[in-house]
Amino acid sequence: MNRPDNALQEIVSLLGERFPQKAPITADMHISRDLGLDSLAAMDLLMSLEDRFDVSIPLNSLPEVETIGDLAALIDNTRAGATRR
Amino acid sequence: MSLLARLSPLRDAHRALISSGQDPFSVEFSRVLSATEAIVQGRRTILLGTNNYLGLTFDPSCIEHGIAALAQQGTGTTGSRVANGSYLGHRHLERRLAAFFGRRHAIVFSTGYQANLGVISTLVGPGDHLVLDTDSHASIYDGSLLGRAKVTRFRHGSPEDLDRRLRRIAAEGGNKLIVVEGIYSMLGDTAPLREIVAVKREHGAYLLVDEAHSLGVLGENGRGLAEAAGVEADVDFIVGTFSKSLGSVGGFCVSDHPDFEVLRIACRPYMFTASLPPSVIATTVQALRRIEEAPELRATLRANARALYDGLAAAGFVLGPEPNPIVAVKLPSSETAVAFWNALLQNGVYLNLALPPATPDHCALLRASVSAAHSAEQIAHVVRVFSKIGHEMGLLKAPGSKEPLANAAG
Repeated sequence: MNRPDNALQEIVSLLGERFPQKAPITADMHISRDLGLDSLAAMDLLMSLEDRFDVSIPLNSLPEVETIGDLAALIDNTRAGATRR
Repeated sequence: MSLLARLSPLRDAHRALISSGQDPFSVEFSRVLSATEAIVQGRRTILLGTNNYLGLTFDPSCIEHGIAALAQQGTGTTGSRVANGSYLGHRHLERRLAAFFGRRHAIVFSTGYQANLGVISTLVGPGDHLVLDTDSHASIYDGSLLGRAKVTRFRHGSPEDLDRRLRRIAAEGGNKLIVVEGIYSMLGDTAPLREIVAVKREHGAYLLVDEAHSLGVLGENGRGLAEAAGVEADVDFIVGTFSKSLGSVGGFCVSDHPDFEVLRIACRPYMFTASLPPSVIATTVQALRRIEEAPELRATLRANARALYDGLAAAGFVLGPEPNPIVAVKLPSSETAVAFWNALLQNGVYLNLALPPATPDHCALLRASVSAAHSAEQIAHVVRVFSKIGHEMGLLKAPGSKEPLANAAG
């Protein structure tokens, strides 16, 4: 299966479809403040991204994630770790 | 930002919710008349949202045992079992629970919430993995927050998704603990336990089943979904509560794990809270005996659940997937659900309102829990009240076309 190269690009397009009124989605956007995602919605978003990138990202990392850029970095780092292993 | 200012969106949402009627989060029963009736706002009201599945809160033998323990042993233990000692009753209840489930070990907690909090946070530690169903109860999520294991969620009720997610963490090492519920509290659906057991075996994981809503309800002997699905030997830990079918308060975990007893000196929600009062222990022991002695209660419960489920389905309501004692009615919006809930209360029917984000797929639910103590007349009456309100609110498309209870007495 094709895996997208760039996590940020993928998140931006995924959220752009879901929140057309918030476009354009940018890396510095705050997930709860700017997009209005509650903790459950953030967990669900993480779950879709796990599937999109075929990685496992523990929920424990979510408290560190505030912006779209943080989320993209988390996925990129997890993928890099998974490749190294 | 001032203290609690961050909660202002929640406060505003709550204000909007209560502006159209009674506050669903602060209903008061001025007098409880029986397991199925109370006075609410001066009105005799049918209780259809109490999780009192077997109606044992008013069982005469349970009350008798509770009164005797209260008179002989006092009102409370005033301390934790670790610091202040156990009463004989605590050990006795643990032995009874272990025997009931056919397990070597049992540990009693002061609430069901604390049982999940304690067991889930202690069974797995740093380097281990917790794998939770997305629709897990708050106590399971909170247990995962209190512990140190990595937490992964799998799609509700999907063994395929569980398998996929376990594959992704297969190379990471550490123990894996899967947590599912016997009956899920919002929609009343059961976990596909046989399929989940197959996945668990393939990945060498441990399995914990929370039988909070299924103890005394499912299985030939009332041991829950694991018994009903015939997979008890593959379930490593069973957690449950005394506050539903057993009619009191408290929680427990049973297991055959050889090192289980170490939980008593490692599990903080067990160690750092007061133990259950003797009267609660006594009514719980007797209620467990009633579950063993009176299988007819389960049969009545099943018949009542079926009658409510079928009656509401025939009236044209959209329901949860299975006719279990939790019957969830899906409504098109939160506003409709709030209005419907208020109308039910004004018509003498109390049940639970469940709104997003606490609900699966952000749906708005009226959540009924059926009891063996409900009479056929009460169930029929509830179906009629539901139909009446549904028609008045324009929610039912074919009025009267499939009215199955037209002849039932009220």
